Formats: sequence, C-alpha cells, structure tokens
Amino acid sequence: MKKEMIAMLLAGGQGSRLGVLTAKVAKPAVAFGGKYRIIDFPLSNCVNSGIDTVGVLTQYQPLRLNTHIGIGMPWDLDRNSGGVTILSPYEKSAGSDWYSGTANAIYQNIDYIDTYNPEYVLILSGDHIYKMDYEVMLEYHKDNDAAVTIACMPVPWDEAGRFGVVITDDDGRITEFEEKPEHPRSNLASMGIYIFTWKVLREALIQMKEIPGCDFGKHILPECLGNGERLFAYEYNGYWKDVGTLGSYWEANMELIDIIPEFNLYEEFWKIYTKSDAVPPLFVSADGFIERSIVSGNSTIEGSVINSVLGAGVTVGNGAVVRDSIIMKNTVIGAGTTVDRAIIAEDVVVGENCVLGIGEDIPNKENPKVYSFGLVTIGENSVIPSGVQIGLNTAISGRTELGDYPDGILAGGETLIKAGEGA
Amino acid sequence: MRAIGIVLAGGNNHRMRELTAKRAVAAMPMAGSYRSIDFVLSNMSNSHVQKVAVLTQYNSRSLNEHLNSAKWWDFGRKQGGLYVFTPTVTAENSFWYRGTADAIYQNIDWLKQSHEPYVVIASGDGIYKLDYNKVLEYHIEKKADITVVCKEMPEETDMTRFGVMRADEDGRVIDMEEKPMMTNSNLVSCGIYIIRRRQLIELLEKCAQEDRYDFVRDILIRYKNIKKVYAYKLDSYWNSIASVESYYETNMEFLKPEIRKYFLQEEPEVYSKVQDLPPAKYNAGSNVKNSLVASGCIINGTVENSVLFKKVFVGSNCVIKNSIILNDVYLGDNTYIENCIVESRDTIRANSRYVGEDGVKVVIEKSERYIM
Repeated sequence: MKKEMIAMLLAGGQGSRLGVLTAKVAKPAVAFGGKYRIIDFPLSNCVNSGIDTVGVLTQYQPLRLNTHIGIGMPWDLDRNSGGVTILSPYEKSAGSDWYSGTANAIYQNIDYIDTYNPEYVLILSGDHIYKMDYEVMLEYHKDNDAAVTIACMPVPWDEAGRFGVVITDDDGRITEFEEKPEHPRSNLASMGIYIFTWKVLREALIQMKEIPGCDFGKHILPECLGNGERLFAYEYNGYWKDVGTLGSYWEANMELIDIIPEFNLYEEFWKIYTKSDAVPPLFVSADGFIERSIVSGNSTIEGSVINSVLGAGVTVGNGAVVRDSIIMKNTVIGAGTTVDRAIIAEDVVVGENCVLGIGEDIPNKENPKVYSFGLVTIGENSVIPSGVQIGLNTAISGRTELGDYPDGILAGGETLIKAGEGA
Repeated sequence: MRAIGIVLAGGNNHRMRELTAKRAVAAMPMAGSYRSIDFVLSNMSNSHVQKVAVLTQYNSRSLNEHLNSAKWWDFGRKQGGLYVFTPTVTAENSFWYRGTADAIYQNIDWLKQSHEPYVVIASGDGIYKLDYNKVLEYHIEKKADITVVCKEMPEETDMTRFGVMRADEDGRVIDMEEKPMMTNSNLVSCGIYIIRRRQLIELLEKCAQEDRYDFVRDILIRYKNIKKVYAYKLDSYWNSIASVESYYETNMEFLKPEIRKYFLQEEPEVYSKVQDLPPAKYNAGSNVKNSLVASGCIINGTVENSVLFKKVFVGSNCVIKNSIILNDVYLGDNTYIENCIVESRDTIRANSRYVGEDGVKVVIEKSERYIM
C-alpha cells in the first residue's frame, strides 16, 4: 500500500491548564462550539485536504476520544484502505513504555507509518481551532524540496516568548529555532503542525530513540537543523486559536457568537464534521428567550440564554438565566438559577435557585495559574445542590452537597473537588 | 426478527397540494430534523428487521438522496441491509408500479430469495413508534393470515381519508372500506401489515394473473372472507400525513412536550441522516417563543409557535407566527409570515407578507438567491 502523505494526530495530552474540564477526558475530546469536540477541527482539516489516513495517538484518558472517533464514520474516514486508526501505547516483548514525548510517540508507531509507505508525514496536535488546507502546505514543502516544513504564524511580539519561534532567511528557510525564548528575535511562531519527508523523520527518530521524553520542538527539529536539512517555515495568516487555557477556551467559544464570526462554522466551504449526538431540533418554550447565542439540537430552553454557547440536550429551566457562559451536552440548569461567566462540562446538574459567578475576581487559592480568568468552572458529572451561591475563579467537580458550601456559599477563589468512584 | 420489511414509499397524494410537486410523501420533512420515512425505518431497525426494501416511484430524487447511505438507520450491513427499488424495464415488464401489490410483485424475486418466514409491509408516511415483534407475536397467536395494524380514532375524525375497518370481538376483520364517505366505525388501518412470506408470494402471483394491482383493494378486501385477517390495535401515538392540513398539524404536535418526549427523548431513538450543521445561532434581535429550531438556522427576528427546519435564515425584524419553514429557506428582512408552510430552498424577498387567511397557505416564491 502506498499513500503520498498520512497524518499523525497527537491526542494523548492531558491539557492540565483546562483544570477540571480535563479531569476525565483528554483535551482533544473537550467540547467546543456547542456540538463539536476540539479534535474535530484537525480531523476535518485532514479530510477536507484529501488526507484519508490518520493515526490518532492517545494516552491520557482515551475513552471519550475512542467513542467519539469510533471507526471514523462522521469524517468519512471509514475506509477500506487507510482511514482512522487509534494508536495507544502497547506492550512489547522488550518491556512496555508509555509515550514519553511527542516524537517518542511517533517513534513507537514507526511500523504503522511504514505500512502505508508514505513520502510525507503530517504531524498534528489535537488542541487548536483552525481551518487549514494541508495540501497547499504540502505543495510548498515539495516546491522547496524541504525535509521539514513548519506551519508558522506571526504573533504579537510580547507573546512570542510563549511559543517556539523560527528565524528564517528571505526564502523562508529556517536558520534558527528557539523554544520559548526569553528575548525572541522573531515573532513567527510554530503552530505545532509539521510536514516531514518520512525518510528524514524516520532516521531522526531512530537516531534519537534513547532520549527520554523525545520531543519535536526540543529534540527532533534542532537535530534536523543541525544536520543541515532543509527546514522551511510555511506562513499561515488565517484564524488559529490555541485553546490551552480556560481563558482562551472561553474566548474562542464566545467569538463564535459574533454576527459574522472570524471563524465561521456556517460556510458551505470547508465544513467541520463531528459525531452528532442529537438529531432532534431544539425547543424554546413560550417563556424562553435566546439572544446572541448558539444552541445545539435537542436542548430545551425555558429560561433566558444570552451571549452563551450551549451543547446538545441542555435543559435551561423556567426563569433561569444563562449569561456569558459555556454549557456542555446534557447539562441541566435548574429553574430560577442564574449562571454568569461559567464553563459547565457535560452531564452536570445544577439545582434550582442557585447563583453562579458572583462577587469579585479573586484569584484561585489552590491553582491561580489555571483558574484566574474570572470564570466558574465545573467538571463533568458534577452535581450542584439547589440554593447555593458560587463566586468567580472557582472550580467544582463531583457530587457536591449543601454541606460542602459553608452558609450556602462557595466564595470566589475556592476549589471544591469531591473525589471517589462515580464522583 | 424473523421478518423482512417492505416500505411503500412510492405514493403521491393530491391532497398534499404543491408540497409533493417536489418529493414523495415519504420524503416530507417532519419535526424539524427528520423526514417522514425516518419513523418507519427507525421502527424497522429498532425491531431488528435486518433486511428492508423501500419501494419508490413518484418523484424519488429527494428520497433517494435521503437514503443514499443506509448507515444512519444501522442498515449498512453485509447481511441484509437497505434496498431501494424503483421500477425498471425488464424483458417481461416495462410498466411503472401500477399499484402497491404490483410494486411488490415486480420485486417478487427479492421476496423469493429471502429466507425469513414473515414480511412486515409498512407505508412510508406514518408517524409512530412500534415494535413490529409485538405485532408478529399477535399474528402468530391469532393464527392469522394477514394482520393489519389499526388505530381507534377519536369520534370527530374525518374518516374519508382512511381505510376503515370493523373487527369482531376476537379481533378478526369482518368489514373493510376504503375512504368511505359515511361510516359508523372509527377503527382505521395504519397501513402496516404482517403476512407470511410464502402466503404473500402466492397472493401476489394470483393477483398479477388477474391483472389486479392494489394491495388493499385486491388482496385485503377481496380475500377477507376466506383468509383470516386480524386487526392489531395500536394504543400508542399514530398519525399519517395525507393532506396539507394533517401535515401541518402533525408538525405542530411536536410543540407539545409529551409528544416531543415520546418521539425525541425516549428510547428507542428515531434515526435520521446526519448532516454536519452547526448549532442554531441567535443574533441580537432574535425572539423565539414556543418553537422548534433545527441545526444550522440563523435567527435575527421573531418566531412564535413555529417549526423551523434545518438551515433556515430569518432576517431582521421578521415575524414568523404559527408557521412551518422547511429546510434551507432564506427569509429577507421585515418579512411577515403567519399560518403558512414555506417550501424548502425558497428565498422570500425582504418586506414580503404572507398570511394563511382561511387555513394553511403554502408559500412558494422561487425567488433567485445569489450566493457569494
């Protein structure tokens, strides 16, 4: 079997900066834009770019991801040859290893790639929101006779230090590569999307197999550059959003609500595919009200929804108000409850007459880096009892009871995690 | 299940007026996200019927498009699956389907090559949930030749559009009339039958020899005194769409919470072809009350007591009341629509006004739409 290019999608990371949202699911499986999951974007890009063979590398909490992808039917990746394959770490005769780094994960699946004998391999990560034609990038790769092409985009100079930045000559050939530099000399940031000529990557992976936590940015790319290979930067200027933090995740969702959003899901061209959880339409009752929001199918809206993004099968009870919030699949917001600036994951039950998102923007005490965007974050399958008040920069997970809330209040900056089976 | 399925989806109905100019009744959009044939196909799938033929003839493009893959109803299988039979010209036959019995007869080889002992025949325009295994159990228990699924209608129902039955205490059908002007029975046929496969082949062959083509008239009614025809009384929801009025009402029924819960939330599920449409979007100025809104809609105006199908665009300052807007309709700004059904893929120019004064009005404007 011969494929010109296959894709390897790195979907094994936890994405710990999404806090309780990724307590039980890998980041690529987190819901986005109502009915989608983050991984739908790179997968749809693959199909729309004519790539029909995709290996999805999973490791952290893969259940949701596995059930979502299945045999790849929603993306037309249920193929006789190629299609989608889930690649999890496996036992080997000489011991078994977890994927210790991005490149190590690919190294452990050399056999999979060799099956398709590809000329080129596209390396993707499952945590960005964007639409991109990888075929155009491949043309660029071929035109330059490159060994590696890195998709890059210009970022504001003050943010460049957060990324891997590349320094190129006038032809776009990369002369230097800096990983999260303190004083960046370029604002062209790597998007974590690479096309490798497979022969070059294969050699590098084998050469560097002993390096613990072998990583593309830290090890493979500098090695290729050091060997004098031709590395090129492919400049991309479209919409691309890293949804790595709760703040950027919330913002990216809210941007979908604009009248004509920069990232438009309603275009016929370059559709985004997903496993649709619900076929039925949504129902708005006589007392319901929705404005500046997107709401997925099978939801029942009896209260008000303003400036929010709602997943499938969500119930908003009578008199409830949901504002500036993200509510995922099958969550119930009880009657009379007010929800402001919250991210509420799947299958959560919020009781009646609660108030979420009140008080001042005090940083989270336990984990200020994660929960510091003035949001209430509630993990999946949580239960919030009726009548409680919850402040900003809080995180809640598990079946909480009235006793967990002193005076019925969870003050701003607090964390309430109830562990245990089924929690 | 020990039966194969046949879905009769060939029909047109002049009482559907302009709505069937574009499609067969079985392909009529229903409840925001479905087409009427989804209900019977989901019933077949949920009853574990493994092999189903859809017989179609009239304006079948929409229907074929809807059925272009069988996987949505779990019929994408190696064993059995979904067959779509349109009339074909063969050495022996160059006719269209001349009736329901003829439609099946023209595909009698398919029946002969199957091995399942029973056949479930169902029309493609019924809105209901039913486990056909229950009907089969009844059929076997009564030692019936043909079992007809029936529904007792409320007294005030207009019976002239139904097949009306009368059954004795045991359930055996003693009388049957097609669309009677006057009747004193309120038991109507739902157009769902169970019959032994060999029995069906025999009856169809006899019919064909005598140049008879209609399943109800030439088999059910004609044989009712020598074959044991039994009525299975359906006690759950059933409706069929045979006229513009009943189509409108059936869609509006889905605004009732109990109907929505029964069909859309409770198991078993009703399946449909999945389109990758984004969630519905509500912009500033939108005001939606007591309505169903399907995926892909963009709303800028007021919608009340209405059903909006997929990909409907409602412009600014529009008012939509008591109406059904079919798939992919664009409503220009300041449009007022009340008591109407707007045909799919239409573009209604800005500042239009359509009101169904006495009864439901079907709106077909056929304006050009310019796509960027």
